[in-house]
Amino acid sequence: MAAGPAPSGGRARAQRLHLSKMERVVLSMQDPDQGVRMRSQRLLITVVPHAVTGGDVVEWLIQKFCISQEEALHLGTLLVQHGYIYPLRDPGILVLRQDETPYRFQTPYFWTSTLWPAAELDYAIYLAKKNMRKQGSLLDHEKERYDQLHKRINHAWDLVLMQAREQLRAAKQRRKGDRLVIACQEQTFWLVNRPPPGSPNVLEQGPELSCCAASPVQMTKSSDFYKQEIECCRKALGRARVKSSVCLEAYLQFSVQHRLHDPMLSGCLPGNPWITDSAAYWAVNSPTAAAPTKLRVERWAFSFQELLEDPVGRAHFMDFLRKEFSAENLSFWEACEELRYGGQAQVPALVDAVYQQFLAPGAAHWVNIDSRTMERTLEGLRQPHRYVLDDAQLHIYMLMKKDSYPRFLKSDLYKGLLAEAGIPLETKRRVFPFPRKPWHASPSPALLPPSGEPMVAGGPDGGDSVA
Amino acid sequence: MATDGLHENETLASLKSEAESLKGKLEEERAKLHDVELHQVAERVEALGQFVMKTRRTLKGHGNKVLCMDWCKDKRRIVSSSQVRRICCVTGEREHAVTMPCTWVMACAYAPSGCAIACGGLDNKCSVYPLTFDKNENMAAKKKSVAMHTNYLSACSFTNSDMQILTASGDGTCALWDVESGQLLQSFHGHGADVLCLDLAPSETGNTFVSGGCDKKAMVWDMRSGQCVQAFETHESDINSVRYYPSGDAFASGSDDATCRLYDLRADREVAIYSKESIIFGASSVDFSLSGRLLFAGYNDYTINVWDVLKGARVSILFGHENRVSTLRVSPDGTAFCSGSWDHTLRVREIWA
Repeated sequence: MAAGPAPSGGRARAQRLHLSKMERVVLSMQDPDQGVRMRSQRLLITVVPHAVTGGDVVEWLIQKFCISQEEALHLGTLLVQHGYIYPLRDPGILVLRQDETPYRFQTPYFWTSTLWPAAELDYAIYLAKKNMRKQGSLLDHEKERYDQLHKRINHAWDLVLMQAREQLRAAKQRRKGDRLVIACQEQTFWLVNRPPPGSPNVLEQGPELSCCAASPVQMTKSSDFYKQEIECCRKALGRARVKSSVCLEAYLQFSVQHRLHDPMLSGCLPGNPWITDSAAYWAVNSPTAAAPTKLRVERWAFSFQELLEDPVGRAHFMDFLRKEFSAENLSFWEACEELRYGGQAQVPALVDAVYQQFLAPGAAHWVNIDSRTMERTLEGLRQPHRYVLDDAQLHIYMLMKKDSYPRFLKSDLYKGLLAEAGIPLETKRRVFPFPRKPWHASPSPALLPPSGEPMVAGGPDGGDSVA
Repeated sequence: MATDGLHENETLASLKSEAESLKGKLEEERAKLHDVELHQVAERVEALGQFVMKTRRTLKGHGNKVLCMDWCKDKRRIVSSSQVRRICCVTGEREHAVTMPCTWVMACAYAPSGCAIACGGLDNKCSVYPLTFDKNENMAAKKKSVAMHTNYLSACSFTNSDMQILTASGDGTCALWDVESGQLLQSFHGHGADVLCLDLAPSETGNTFVSGGCDKKAMVWDMRSGQCVQAFETHESDINSVRYYPSGDAFASGSDDATCRLYDLRADREVAIYSKESIIFGASSVDFSLSGRLLFAGYNDYTINVWDVLKGARVSILFGHENRVSTLRVSPDGTAFCSGSWDHTLRVREIWA
């Protein structure tokens, strides 16, 4: 995959998508029919045309996008902070006030995207003009930057001063109203592109990331890349697809099934720990809880995966399998998982251990795999790697899922668990600030002995109990 | 030779056009089985009520832009990384803080056991730090460099154990590493630009994961073979975040084009777009609530929008951050979600109907 130099291509350009969208919004705001109401604004002795009030801007946004007042104010503020709308009074502060405060739309010449990136030379000229117009008018941070620029582009300083003088001279020949407006526009531009210290820098894009790919203009991708894409497409064309109606129906079912288990939709008992400041919910649902809640036990019936993922569920399933004399299936599956996700160095030893325990003729926990899979597996064991037991593992997994799991759900064991399982009482919100066990003092998993024993959380808090 | 160069260009051009036409055919095939839209199917589902949400914890320990965060499996601890340092914090108290040698630590992850964390960024590496409470031990001393890329590290995640790490990088590849030895187990090539995010599938049997990149593509990979299994290219800009739907049959993506999209793996197509005209800034991070009904998305305009995944409508907008939201994750048991921002804070919020 070839890479070409792309200083302002690729990622940087993508990150400026929002600017062009803001520009579209601002343009439609200026539409003579559908836009914001324009009026002339009197400032001291000049009259500035095409001004809008902050209140009207917010109102327009509310109407146009059907959003709340809070959101409209937020969006409007972003437009101001990016320099697309500027205040006519107090031009030094880019804030949107939702009242009669007058604003104006920035001229496209000074849009951030037009002059991207803002040039050092231009900034120097701007500061020089400000300095010349009125001695001592540069703010502290501006003085600092002015001096820094002077040092950095000293060779071009005559040009800077000359340009500054020229621009000031040209400005004097304009009407007072125009001069005021242009000064505001320019000031806004520099507030956005060179924000004063302490002010948010809305144009900050993150670290200088050298993009690995060339911009779309330069076609330097290798033929390997396209060959791979073609291969991927060909395979994709051959794959079996499922009708949308079937897939989407599955979301509905999943959503309905899990609704009661989603704390954000149905709350959770005894109470959301983040609201009640009590760790009771976590204690009751801990990985080693002796008495799982009703919801938890119900969840084991949703899918085999949910059962296996819950340590308590898995333990009960193991008990059930023992009664059926097929516990070795689950043990085998667990051993295969350990192999798949284990350290590279342990692979040979683990494969051997699994073979000895589960696959060798006369093994202590011999698993019943069909002959073809067993043959393939034994063949693969000659050169053990972490995926060598995948076929066997899948076979056993499907066996458990299609056979043992449904029986488990119908078993007395499971029905008993369901009947015994309780619903925790809701924690009453503490009214008085009794000293409470701070739940963040729970032992960090990092403190546990390396035996891997799962964290044992403290018992339920206060007087809460499971019904 | 001049003629060789010409020949090479022709081959390249013809390969490119072949790829384009195949992609077109693929879209046609995908469209054939698309017999209904998600919001139509969702008409039968109850609408969600009004949501009440509150910030329950505001963590200010970083003093710098927060770039990434991850929950511990114990559901209450968080690791977060920033522009300058990486901090592992309990919600409330800072338990560990380690200074990284590089700035912009863009990725961090908690190990499933809770005993280690992984992180990396502009140093092009992913390093694993075992967590220790021994005050005499310098955590940085025990650090293990696991992954080595040729460009910045954008995302990392442990697989089902502490012993393997999956990484995504600005060098356009993803890779699977053995933590103990630092050995590269598998690499994944196919993105045409920086890879920005990845997520492991909650699937019961397979090992697949999805990645999103600057080439606007979301790609699903087989971890064992290193092959791309499926690819989706409907976003109009960089994909910043991908997250699987809880059932594993779909995944959501958030992009700089200001939309979030849902892709179904069995239907092999995009099935929903979550967008609004008033949302102009890119989405930086997405995550689902436990039941998959809600999609939380953090945006560069400092807000978090909450979407009804089935009906496609936005149900809530959350303000509060004072700079772009860079990272967002729902806690493992779905009781809260945490958002990190360039305003130096992390906020843990609960929300319910």
